[in-house]
Amino acid sequence: MSQADLSIHGQVSRTGATEIMTAPTFSVPAKKMAMWLFIIADTATFAGCLVAYGFIRNATPDWPRPFHSITNVAIMTFILLTSSLTMLIGIRSAEKEDKAGAFRWMMITAVLGILFAVLHIREWLGMIGDGATLFHNPWGTPLFSSAFFSITGLHLLHVTGGVIALIAVAIRYQGGRYGADDIEVTGLYWHFVDLVWMFVVPLIYLMNLSH
Amino acid sequence: MAVAETHNTGGIGKDVAIYVLLLILAGIQFIIAYQDITASQMFVRMLSVAIIEAGLALLFFMHLSKNRGLMWFVVIFTVAVLLGMQYGWTDSFRLLDGVRWSH
Repeated sequence: MSQADLSIHGQVSRTGATEIMTAPTFSVPAKKMAMWLFIIADTATFAGCLVAYGFIRNATPDWPRPFHSITNVAIMTFILLTSSLTMLIGIRSAEKEDKAGAFRWMMITAVLGILFAVLHIREWLGMIGDGATLFHNPWGTPLFSSAFFSITGLHLLHVTGGVIALIAVAIRYQGGRYGADDIEVTGLYWHFVDLVWMFVVPLIYLMNLSH
Repeated sequence: MAVAETHNTGGIGKDVAIYVLLLILAGIQFIIAYQDITASQMFVRMLSVAIIEAGLALLFFMHLSKNRGLMWFVVIFTVAVLLGMQYGWTDSFRLLDGVRWSH
């Protein structure tokens, strides 16, 4: 390779050796690409759970429909969708190098995530109070409770992890240790959590609504 | 320190419009839940709306519309995995109805 080629494709390292630099995959920075790969893998995890749920629901003739009200899940959906918007505003603020704005909007997103988790846990406690556990279901087949607590629990775990990540990244961003790209990567994860909820709501809640 | 890719096209107005659209679509799912239709019809309608919602979130909230290469990478891999998971449905129906050709 000529010196002219190296000036385009390579650089000289600290040790003096020439390293060939390749363009990032799909022109996406490594951190962002890693998050996309995680999202693809996590999509498979959630899809596996939802397909397994669909399998047992389809194969069980007397599947219970225990939900009487959509109020709680509607509020939870509204909160999670709104948190995606506040996350976007945070990302845009970070792109404009508005540190205070980005920090504020990320914290608002985290608070909305906490609110979602609190409502979710309150709903869980209500169901546990009715006698539903991972292995027991007062309305019929125990498979319902197993599927419900497993899938919503997995999602709640993601929300909890997301809230911790949001707070940690926001604090480090304000302290100057993280950049706007880190906020964008965290935002990708948060939108994914929101995206999964769009499938959990109809399949787990709305399909099991008693009429 | 690395700087994030900018996504200024459309601005916050576009984000709010997508957010409102997602709220409307979520509302439609709740309306479908109260329709007097069979479970399979309800499943198809709700899943269709959920796929539209997911598409909007992927394209505009997660900015996949800005990078065609990444978009196809994500879509092809994800759809391939999702399709691969569908092999068990025949078994699910067999559990419910028995093996039809044995009757």
